[in-house]
Amino acid sequence: MAKTLYDKVWEAHIVDQIGDDSLLYIDRHLIHEVTSPQAFAGLKDKHRKVRRPDRTFGTMDHSISTRSLAIDACGPANALQLQTLATNCEENGITLYPVGHQKQGIVHVMGPELGLIQPGMTVVCGDSHTATHGAFGALAFGIGTSQVEHVLATQTLKQSKAKSMLINVNGSLPVGITAKDIILAIIGKIGHAGATGYVIEYAGEAIRALSMEERMTICNMSIEAGAKAGMVAPDETTFAYLKGREYTPSEHWNDAVAYWKTLYSDDGANFDTVVELEAADIAPQVTWGTNPGQVIGVDVPVPSPDDFSDTVEKESAVKALAYMGLKSGEKLSDLPVSHVFIGSCTNGRIEDLRAAAFIAKQGKVSGDVTAIVVPGSGQVKRQAEEEGLDKIFTDAGFEWRLPGCSMCLGMNDDILQAGDRCASTSNRNFEGRQGRGARTHLVSPAMAAAAAITGRFADVREFQE
Amino acid sequence: MSQGFTVHTGRACPLDQANVDTDQIIPKQFLTGVTRAGYGKHLFHDWRYLDLHEKEPNPEFVMNKPEHQGASILLSRENFGCGSSREHAPWALADYGFDVVIATSFADIFYGNCINNQLVPVALSSAQMDTLFALVKATPSLDIVVDLPAQTVSAGNEVFHFDILAHHKNNLIKGLDAIGQTLELNQAIEGYESQQPAWL
Repeated sequence: MAKTLYDKVWEAHIVDQIGDDSLLYIDRHLIHEVTSPQAFAGLKDKHRKVRRPDRTFGTMDHSISTRSLAIDACGPANALQLQTLATNCEENGITLYPVGHQKQGIVHVMGPELGLIQPGMTVVCGDSHTATHGAFGALAFGIGTSQVEHVLATQTLKQSKAKSMLINVNGSLPVGITAKDIILAIIGKIGHAGATGYVIEYAGEAIRALSMEERMTICNMSIEAGAKAGMVAPDETTFAYLKGREYTPSEHWNDAVAYWKTLYSDDGANFDTVVELEAADIAPQVTWGTNPGQVIGVDVPVPSPDDFSDTVEKESAVKALAYMGLKSGEKLSDLPVSHVFIGSCTNGRIEDLRAAAFIAKQGKVSGDVTAIVVPGSGQVKRQAEEEGLDKIFTDAGFEWRLPGCSMCLGMNDDILQAGDRCASTSNRNFEGRQGRGARTHLVSPAMAAAAAITGRFADVREFQE
Repeated sequence: MSQGFTVHTGRACPLDQANVDTDQIIPKQFLTGVTRAGYGKHLFHDWRYLDLHEKEPNPEFVMNKPEHQGASILLSRENFGCGSSREHAPWALADYGFDVVIATSFADIFYGNCINNQLVPVALSSAQMDTLFALVKATPSLDIVVDLPAQTVSAGNEVFHFDILAHHKNNLIKGLDAIGQTLELNQAIEGYESQQPAWL
């Protein structure tokens, strides 16, 4: 029978069948400071051990400062959490990339960089953006702390199989349109809960043409459509990215690649839902509301609640417009921006910084705007500095920070005040996400940089050569 | 987990809103703890308090209304618990005193987190939720009965059936230790590990 990529990875990890559920083996477990302390405490309580410390890797990312390497730079509570992670990793023999380590970074940036994520793996982390790693053809999903504890103790998880959704992005992308615009357009089309209960496979010519960094951006936001995971079948782009990385197979490289090449959806494989998008139709996207599905092209006026026939969407629009301080029919290009955030597990990779720098060098940060650039990892930071991107940013008036999750969720001091309006390359525009009463508009790195230098939501297509 | 869940009777707090995300349930500034306890006082912080120090309750917020004090069942709408995987969300709901959340639909990770914390998630149809909201609006003190073994929600003269996976139901009723159950399958796990390819 023809199988999907998801079927193949799922079936390869079944340890046991328990009724309708499968006990799945977990190949890779990534941990960070926020969602792991209670899991380790639970193990200790019950005198249980970490089964596979060699399959588990930790980093510090959420609760850390982007201005200082001091572990207590963001106060004693954050410091305790970070210290707890360090102690737990040390006591259990888990490799940790702490603040200040050259390879430390946002878990979903540093993991792939190290070659920890490979096609066909099952990957979990106590973080919903674990979907990122599906870009490698892995089955990767976010879990809660009780499940973190379960994986630490057993290296398995009991799971029910999700439905499958194929999203084809056909044709090639117009100039100025990025992976971020593709995924925002997808979420806009299927809705904020449009893929709840599904694992998505992204396919089509436009997806095939993407780099690994871009595929990670797409898969990263699968959760913003409610999906359990997002996947892209591995190909030569994937293998080229992986070759020679620290944790990538070397001795068994050929065997691994031979297996990885079997990981695709067979012709005629059945998907529960199929969605088609034309790349040519995608404009630079900007969210106008308080969930990622409330998104429009930059050249489209802010919608009215009356534009929605569904009563839930209508009511959500009323609330969102009020929170965001927007009027129906308003043009985004007239909207002043007070802050710009470039970074996060969605858009904190080297290609994102290159795209933002390309725009940043065409101007200076507008007088009323505070703009920060936060590399996704130590390796991204170093690479950017070698390429002189940091200089482009600082010359233009952007702040150049240390790697971490930063203003995506503001667990450190990178937070906004009520009424601030931020063009952000992150993944969630929920109420209060970047600070109580603050207004977040999700955009691509290029759009964020353009917002910084114009002080409004400019159409990035006007900045292309 | 120890105490199982069978039948619960309690009053409801009607949070009549779709897409209630985990950033609303428990904002990020309260995620710096290293224990599972004490998140209830911060539940719905931004909506519940007018100030940052949680001294001034917002009288407009439904949870602060006198008629909904002591409620143990939260009612909401579509896509409840969307967003992050933070288990602090069900910890906060349970710590505040909720035993059950009844909504039109749930985000996947949040739903699983509820099961792992003995917080019972019940999904009803949109029309059934309309009825429940109307009943609670008319009579805030109405007792609602959630019978997990029978998979029913009863309120006034209404009885609604709900679906739940057998193993979720079983774990909630018995309050089973999921890790303990899996550790009993150690032989199967070892068998699986022994046949993994060499590069893993």
